[in-house]
Amino acid sequence: MVNSATVEFVVSAVKVFIVVNVILLLVMVMILAERKISAFIQDRHGPNRVGPWGILQPIADGIKFLFKEDVIPYHVDRFLYLLAPAIILVPSLMTFAIIPFGSSFSFYWGDTPVHVRLQIADLNIGILYFVGIASLAVYGLVIGGYASNNKYSMLGGLRSSAQMISYEIPMGLAIVSVVMLTGSLRLSDIVAEQQHMWNVVRQPLGFLIFLVAAFAETNRLPFDLPEAEQELVGGYHTEYSSMKFSAFFIAEYANMITSSALITTLFFGGYHLPFGILEALQLPIVWEVIVHILTFSIKTAFFLFVYLWVRWTLPRFRYDQLMSLGWKSLLPLSLVNVVLTGIGIAMF
Amino acid sequence: MIATALFYIFAALATLGAVMVVAQRNPVYSALYLVLTLFALAGEYVLLMAHFIAIVHVAVYAGAIVVLFLFVIMLLNVRLEERAPDAFRYMIFAGLPMAVILFVEMGYFAFRGFQQAMVQSTQVGLVERIGQALFSQYVLPFEVASILLLVAMLGALYLSKRKLEIVAFKKPRSKKERLKEMMYEEDQ
Repeated sequence: MVNSATVEFVVSAVKVFIVVNVILLLVMVMILAERKISAFIQDRHGPNRVGPWGILQPIADGIKFLFKEDVIPYHVDRFLYLLAPAIILVPSLMTFAIIPFGSSFSFYWGDTPVHVRLQIADLNIGILYFVGIASLAVYGLVIGGYASNNKYSMLGGLRSSAQMISYEIPMGLAIVSVVMLTGSLRLSDIVAEQQHMWNVVRQPLGFLIFLVAAFAETNRLPFDLPEAEQELVGGYHTEYSSMKFSAFFIAEYANMITSSALITTLFFGGYHLPFGILEALQLPIVWEVIVHILTFSIKTAFFLFVYLWVRWTLPRFRYDQLMSLGWKSLLPLSLVNVVLTGIGIAMF
Repeated sequence: MIATALFYIFAALATLGAVMVVAQRNPVYSALYLVLTLFALAGEYVLLMAHFIAIVHVAVYAGAIVVLFLFVIMLLNVRLEERAPDAFRYMIFAGLPMAVILFVEMGYFAFRGFQQAMVQSTQVGLVERIGQALFSQYVLPFEVASILLLVAMLGALYLSKRKLEIVAFKKPRSKKERLKEMMYEEDQ
């Protein structure tokens, strides 16, 4: 007979281990995808020397990063300089914890029933956890920019702090309108509510606002002002070398993965297949779980593709355009969306 | 057991952070230690089962307000501040008595309300409870607070607008005048 607290602990530990490793593996896949898709969009071949179809390129890149000389410039604030890459990685790996990537299943361990929900933590505060933790990602960039003691890095850090705060507000308000529809902050409730109709149908404006804000929050083009290579020589990571440099990129890709997963969860029905197809098929429970995970993965992969697609087809915004878009367009629009959602709920 | 240990760890971190905020010479470090304190306090809220308060604490203070502090500090010239070690020499005579009074006051009330707080704490911090309290019992203060924020916003807007007027030219010049000026400059 196994103690139920032990079972819970083991199940949680296994889930955390799998999720963190899958995210890190996906980061590698994303790096390859980024290079291959950019090559496709620009009519080039992309990496094709390491392994078939260049598939081992990310591993080669990783090994290169690990073996490069780790330079710490003499003029940096040493403590903060070393702290920044660590700080930026933590929130980016923490935020995935609340996202349900499949339904739940049960099995017997000895004779103890084990119930596994495919979500690390179904928190009472749910989506607020994402808002809170994601807002900490900016510290890595600001500290990195400040500690580098370099004008370009400093400018990158300043830009990122202003940008992330500006776009958190419309993003939060877009989330508010989804929460108003569901009446719960729990992501599992938000997903369950969308079994028959995706939120994107009822919240098209909220989805657009969230998508734009998510691009800005992850510092991706067209909003990659903090690192704008052509103006800031790389911005906040100019002074970083070897694995510390790549920590910033791992964090960026991990943030993209979480944002895509969150867009899927909030607006595209999470792990549910549309039109009740799965319920009609009457599959055994194991297959149902697998189909749920696959559905979630495909939807998330699509939004990851959108990220790359946008990056390689749109030019960068100017900084004043970025700010006026955030404060003068997205903020009023998201407020209007909240009011419209309220009216809609009151009427129907 | 674990909860008690965590309480003392968070309490120690919060105190350390708070002391370092004041003790640090470099304002950027001060702001970062403030984040440490806020985090430790959020940890204490989680231990009190007040998840909602904990995450709002992190999102609002650590995620927005201190980032703005950092933004402003980084725009200012930090080096000048570092070079003036005696700038706050007399501050201690006012600050120390006030800190003692505050400590005694809060300590007294915390000690008196200790038993009661322990019982209530398990129910107060949940989202549902806070929502119900805000929209029933405290609906008037809640709405009044929004007016307060609106007034603050208007004030900030007014101040920034007024500054622009002072900087700008008193009177928009005509094209003819500007041409004349340009020609004058060329002559010189």
